[in-house]
Amino acid sequence: MSGTRLAAGGGRIDRSRPITVTFDGVTYPAYVGDTLASALLANGVRTVARGIYSGRPRGVAGIGIEEPSAYVQVESGVGEPMVAATVVEAYDGLRASGLAGRGRLLDGPDEARHDHVHTHCDVLVVGAGDGGMATAVAHGGGRVLLCDAAPTLDDSTAREVAALPEARALSRTTVVGAYDHGYFVAVERRTDHLGVVSTTVARQRLWHIRAKQVVYATGVHERPYAFPDNDRPGVMLAGAAAVYARRYGVRAGDAALVAGAHDGALRSALDLADAGVRVALVVDARPDVGGDEVDRLRERGIEVRTGFAVCGTAPDTDGGVAAAHVAPVDASGTVVGDRETVACDLVAVSGGPDPSRGPQRGWGARPGTPAGAGTPTGDPNGVGAAPVALFAVRVPGDETAAERTFLDLQRDATLADVERAVAVGMRSPEHVKRYTTIGTGADQGRTSSTVTLGVLAELTGTPLADLAPTTRRPPYVPVSFALLAGRDRGGLADPERVTPMQPWHVTHEVPFEDVGQWKRPWYVPRDGEDIDTAVRRECRAVRESVGMMDASTLGKIELQGRDVGVFLDRMYTNMFSTLKVGRIRYGVMCHADGMVFDDGTTARLTEDRWLMSTTTGNAAAVLDWLEEWLSTEWPELDVRCTSVTDHWATIALAGPRSRDVLAALAPALDVSAEAFPFMSVREAEVADLPARVMRISFSGELAYEVNVPAWHGLGLWEAVLRAGEPYGITPYGTETMHVLRAEKGFPIVGQETDGTVTPQDLGMGWAVSKKKSFVGRRSYARDDNLRDDRRQLVGLLPDGDRVVAEGAQVVADPSAPMPVPMAGHVTSSYWSVPLDRPFALALVERGESRHGERLYAVDGVDAVPVIVTSPVFYDPEGERRDG
Amino acid sequence: MLFLPCPWCGPRDETEFRNGGEAGVAYPTDPDALDDAAWAEFLFVRANPEGWFHERWVHTAGCRQWFSVERHTVTNEIRDPRPIGDPA
Repeated sequence: MSGTRLAAGGGRIDRSRPITVTFDGVTYPAYVGDTLASALLANGVRTVARGIYSGRPRGVAGIGIEEPSAYVQVESGVGEPMVAATVVEAYDGLRASGLAGRGRLLDGPDEARHDHVHTHCDVLVVGAGDGGMATAVAHGGGRVLLCDAAPTLDDSTAREVAALPEARALSRTTVVGAYDHGYFVAVERRTDHLGVVSTTVARQRLWHIRAKQVVYATGVHERPYAFPDNDRPGVMLAGAAAVYARRYGVRAGDAALVAGAHDGALRSALDLADAGVRVALVVDARPDVGGDEVDRLRERGIEVRTGFAVCGTAPDTDGGVAAAHVAPVDASGTVVGDRETVACDLVAVSGGPDPSRGPQRGWGARPGTPAGAGTPTGDPNGVGAAPVALFAVRVPGDETAAERTFLDLQRDATLADVERAVAVGMRSPEHVKRYTTIGTGADQGRTSSTVTLGVLAELTGTPLADLAPTTRRPPYVPVSFALLAGRDRGGLADPERVTPMQPWHVTHEVPFEDVGQWKRPWYVPRDGEDIDTAVRRECRAVRESVGMMDASTLGKIELQGRDVGVFLDRMYTNMFSTLKVGRIRYGVMCHADGMVFDDGTTARLTEDRWLMSTTTGNAAAVLDWLEEWLSTEWPELDVRCTSVTDHWATIALAGPRSRDVLAALAPALDVSAEAFPFMSVREAEVADLPARVMRISFSGELAYEVNVPAWHGLGLWEAVLRAGEPYGITPYGTETMHVLRAEKGFPIVGQETDGTVTPQDLGMGWAVSKKKSFVGRRSYARDDNLRDDRRQLVGLLPDGDRVVAEGAQVVADPSAPMPVPMAGHVTSSYWSVPLDRPFALALVERGESRHGERLYAVDGVDAVPVIVTSPVFYDPEGERRDG
Repeated sequence: MLFLPCPWCGPRDETEFRNGGEAGVAYPTDPDALDDAAWAEFLFVRANPEGWFHERWVHTAGCRQWFSVERHTVTNEIRDPRPIGDPA
């Protein structure tokens, strides 16, 4: 038996509230207020976990987030895959088990609720360390927000908070990141210590904080020094051992060796003696130690040896500490005399204090960031600065000592690892970190990074001050993905945009395709058809009779003002100012580099009202683009842009019988070819609804698009279905739309184009005006755009029945030596019903001049022979469209 | 996350904005008058200083107005917000 619960004391535990916790299947008594670590120590449990690679037994070595070794899997409550036992608050029924370096993901979904909170404050106080609140007041007070990781504030801090009218304190709250302009992120833990899983109370909150000023009162972390076999259960930070006694009434061992190199370790020895631990020996590496602490220790009959350090441990049958070896050391920590062995079950070691430098430096905040540059307060734990630097004890003559001298217990990395790193030429602490993995564990190397720097300084003969500590990155403590997601899960992870016709498609079990945030009907199967069967049926219906599709997702931007025509002339490659009211024109929009950015039709509704359509995915980008030019280059133009995408529901009505269907729906509208020609727009009543009808075609067939105010969309859909019944009207989806337009050689921006394709490459030189200036025009005179080997849009007819893969490389000679020169790639590939064969679109070098040539599309391992053709496979004269 | 001073709406989180790159790069009045090198300079070449940088932002999730600021690329300090077209 090692650790025990003291008969009295322990400010944080409530002895009137006994509970039980279960660890590795054994149930132990504990109290409300314990951590799992203090409960295990109180019950004499020394081995908590195992080394990730070495498998060596490991115990509790620290008391807080610096804990490097006692990692556990919490199995009760919400569960937690990997967490330090020192930060798990005990509750009745807590169940956990020890880990060997890796946790296991929980089996089911995390059903706990997580919330985000946004707030502003004048002063953020990070940590309730000594003087934090006082400094906040000195900074002017105002709205003060104090975040502290402990379960409760101490009384004096609570009084300080209460005294300020706008101060707020968050307990169990850790600031995990400091970013630009006073932006901080903090995690508040609200229910884990209760062991309940609630769907109504947030388990944790992620606080997003904007602070005008920040005060860091995060205190210090104690660091150990390293020595052979320093990883055995029973080796603990001296300050941690003392605080376990004071805070939890737990004696971490019966007999202690206290090993230090600064006065703080001596004070910890006194604290341990006060707690009833038999201090067998105190060794201090400093050759001369004066001062009060030594006298007080000696008054109690505790021997203090100066110039001595602990240089090894001997195990008991479980691998825990049974004895410690001590020996005289020189200033570098090398053993210079005979060793002695001291029986003890606790080695309380302290190399000195490290400021918890996370928040102030290399913790998200950049150096020099004004609002992030906070004011650290002094030395809250009273450990004091450590002038003597002892990092690792070396034992001459012991060949394996360095392999057993652990610097980073969590990564199982040793002094020998650092020696190897230096031997192969590593000098930078960042390189050594990556070579050895020291400091990359969940504890972020809080007990190992300074020790490693010290060792590196010694090995390389570099002054310690010249070695920069490695960069620490947020989060300061591990944060769960569930908390980062907050309520943005499932359907709320990303907005889903649906059209007014969506309910009909859902009822008919139509599969949807995601296009940006939109859900678009993909194909409309009947009687369990697969996609190929359905698409062929839909294609046939459009080509032979009439089909209908929900086209509401296309972007719609209304432009108003005197200068819209002039503006569109500058934005589109072709002329728009000459467009007559009631007419529609197709346009291509390019960036200044001349590459295709978007395309679509624009209708002139009245003299100064125009309606532009964009591709579904680019609607927001096009609006941004138009507004940017209007705001920054041509503010003198009288043009206003308004997104009206969601205001209109649109049905594409396509096929030779579409006119009959429209005529039935709109008896007052003259639908004759003469009265309502291709590329014109009419206001009309359709199915007794106020509608805007455009005669445009993306399928190559006689076709219309009927637009009604969005709330009439579903009604119109059902009316069109009824009116089309005599013609067997067939709803279709995006897949059929893609096949139909590909048969006509109509490119899709983003499928045929990738930001390197000009209108000329697409065979749309006809849409590029020579008479006017527009954004991008100058680029067509650049050498790169005049190259004669540019890739141009072509059609491909593969041999046989194979629909080659989109993205397949097109090559001239598949048997050429590797690397086989690439002539282009397939951009679209489908089965054509009217052609009764597969076909494809491709971008191919000098493609326009290669019609008739045989090339190969490399589909997987097969080189499929293809004949290059015009990209227009169907009705090249456009007779059907004009019908 | 930056805290950007929109001249119309006041300081707001960076997530409400879109960055528009270097400020003061005007679209050439007569692109045809430029030789290829000068046009390429306009298209592709932007300043990338270590220090103060004059850049544009647009408040996409707010007033949708463009403005410029000077931002220090090392410290992210921001000064002198002004609407586009407001001479510096």
